Amino acid sequence: MDRAEKRALITALALLLFFFVLIVYAAKGLKIDLPTCITDVQPFKEGRLIQHAPDRYELQVVAKMWFFDFNQGQTEIEIPAGSVVDIYLTSADVVHGMHINGTTVNLMAIPGTVNYARYKFDKPGVYHVVCHEFCGVGHHAMMGKIVVK
Amino acid sequence: MRVEGGIKFILLSEIVFPILLLIFGVYHGVMQVLYRAGVLKADSFLGIDYYQGLTLHGVINAIVFTTFFAVAFGNAISLYLLKKPLRPAVQWISWILMVGGTLMAAWAMFTKRATLLYTFYPPLIGHWTFYIGTVLLVVGSLLPFFFDWIPSAIAWKRENPDKKLPLAVFGVFVNHILWTIMIVPVAVEILFQLFPLSIGLVEDINPLLARTLFWFFGHPVVYFWLLPAYVMLYTMLPKIVSDKGKLYSDPAGRLAFILFLLFSLPVGLHHQFTEPGITNAWKLIHAIFTFFVALPSLITAFTVAASLEYSAKAEDPSVKNSRFYWWTRLPYLRLEGDKWLFSYFFAGLVLFFFGGITGIVNASYNLNLAVHNTAYVPGHFHTTVGGLVLLAFLGMSLYMVAKIRGTEVKFKGLAALAPYFWMQGMFMFSYAMMVGGALEGFPRRTNSGLTYLNPDSPLYRPEWVGYAQLSVVGGALLGIGFILFLIAFFGTLLAPKIRESVVEFPIADAYHDAPTPVLNNLKGWTVAAVLLAVLSYIPPLYDVTQRGVFHNSPAYNEKYPIPIKQLQQTEAQSKEVSLKEEK
Repeated sequence: MDRAEKRALITALALLLFFFVLIVYAAKGLKIDLPTCITDVQPFKEGRLIQHAPDRYELQVVAKMWFFDFNQGQTEIEIPAGSVVDIYLTSADVVHGMHINGTTVNLMAIPGTVNYARYKFDKPGVYHVVCHEFCGVGHHAMMGKIVVK
Repeated sequence: MRVEGGIKFILLSEIVFPILLLIFGVYHGVMQVLYRAGVLKADSFLGIDYYQGLTLHGVINAIVFTTFFAVAFGNAISLYLLKKPLRPAVQWISWILMVGGTLMAAWAMFTKRATLLYTFYPPLIGHWTFYIGTVLLVVGSLLPFFFDWIPSAIAWKRENPDKKLPLAVFGVFVNHILWTIMIVPVAVEILFQLFPLSIGLVEDINPLLARTLFWFFGHPVVYFWLLPAYVMLYTMLPKIVSDKGKLYSDPAGRLAFILFLLFSLPVGLHHQFTEPGITNAWKLIHAIFTFFVALPSLITAFTVAASLEYSAKAEDPSVKNSRFYWWTRLPYLRLEGDKWLFSYFFAGLVLFFFGGITGIVNASYNLNLAVHNTAYVPGHFHTTVGGLVLLAFLGMSLYMVAKIRGTEVKFKGLAALAPYFWMQGMFMFSYAMMVGGALEGFPRRTNSGLTYLNPDSPLYRPEWVGYAQLSVVGGALLGIGFILFLIAFFGTLLAPKIRESVVEFPIADAYHDAPTPVLNNLKGWTVAAVLLAVLSYIPPLYDVTQRGVFHNSPAYNEKYPIPIKQLQQTEAQSKEVSLKEEK
């Protein structure tokens, strides 16, 4: 191994290590973390929006062919700005995806499992929710909208 | 090395057959940008549905074309470098399995019986011929490695006890070892979950387990596509640049291949970062390994650049002492000899530079939340598998066809120009997809022309329009590039024979070389790779079968968005009712 080769290898390793340290810092320090294994919530059959406190909500979403059930069949919900929402997600049929555009809420909906993310909706506005996993012929028409006032 | 008769037919057809299918695969690639941008506001065009075409695009381009090429390339490399004839019996059985399997799966896809996309995630379920066809293709692709190349290598080793296995053969072997290992989990998924479900033997399966098994295969497979291209970069590219060209370092090449063997497998969870039912600590561990697997690519980047520098300086000594000026001496668009091939590798390398960087974004654990399943992902992998891999495979296909047919390469100018059209088109396409996906959340795999990009739809998203339109321009350039290639390819295939039919490659010697006894111990590294893969998958497999899953799930067919179980019950009930009425 000659000198240039060694230098290139060390630079590559240092660069990767630097990136990785930043990732771990963002995950554990800034708490931007990935969904993990939820063992205490059973998969549910219907979407529900539950208010626990003025700015604390629990949102149980059921993704199904071909809409997001946010609250007893509604595809659109309204919450006040500044709310912290605990989002639980499951699927009633095939695999779906749920991406709340403009946020870090990006989850897969898999039948038989419950996915979870917490998000604070600071900015008022319309948050479009998109299904991003192929779920049959109606995939591109999945409805979902969260209005933050 | 001369080739004749049956072996010549097998080698030639293993190149021509997938390229014929690829015409359809690329056609639907172009159609897709039109659908997505709303130029075509429809569910289907000329009898092919959007999602059906997307399935064909993925399966043909990423599985059929790449697998056939890897086998044809491995056959030719083994024949040329080990100098042992191929065994016709093994080759014919392999050929029949691969072609037969492909035709079975193609029938299911063309008749709308398997519109499942390339990932075939259950509970969506297709016709059994799709699953069994895929298994036959894969089994056929393994036979030459075990019953032809390995015996030839053992015989070669006996005759050359002091030499190490040629680097190209070494790379091909590492690639097929990887292929063998990664097939085990997906074979388990297909044979024990999907096939029984598709013929109605079972009614429930665990979709999360199926996804985990799929990605155990689904990420390593990208290295199965990539390594043949790396073999060409290491062993052939320097010789194409200059007759006096040399590979900078042979041990560096071997080290890169061994690192791929070790770290390609324990990385699948980085496709499942946003998934429920898997503890995120295991996701972080797979993210670390994904960073490790970037290392051999960074080593390759250095070695390839150093080899190009050495070869350019050997070709033109007047740039011998310059630091940067040798870049101008590379044969970017030259037609003498085999130099036209350079444009395939160069365009591929430029695209792959961006592919590598954007891949690190995907692998970056929480950063993945911003890009998961958005158009960013196809934007990324079209610069890797649709960039370097595809261009290297197309260029080498044309080269091998000319040698095996014994003709000159026809329309050489078009052949040398095609990769640059492809590169420019892919830049525009990938830029549009990546920026639209990462910044605006434009999803992948979506017939967005009907809803999101349709001003009449309640789901209209005007912020995505510009990106979709740019991808149409990119798609058109990609189509033009591919047509230029096809003209040269079929011109060469049908040209009159003027020389002997041969298999040969421009293989470069190494500038730095040293014995590498540790790296050459393929058996030992294989055992280590299997151990690492199994260990890294025990905890997530426990999660997806025990901790994170509550009940099994019924199967669905997109034409019947009702659980099949329920459907069968309803059918049984209606039968009973009609029987009663008859009585």
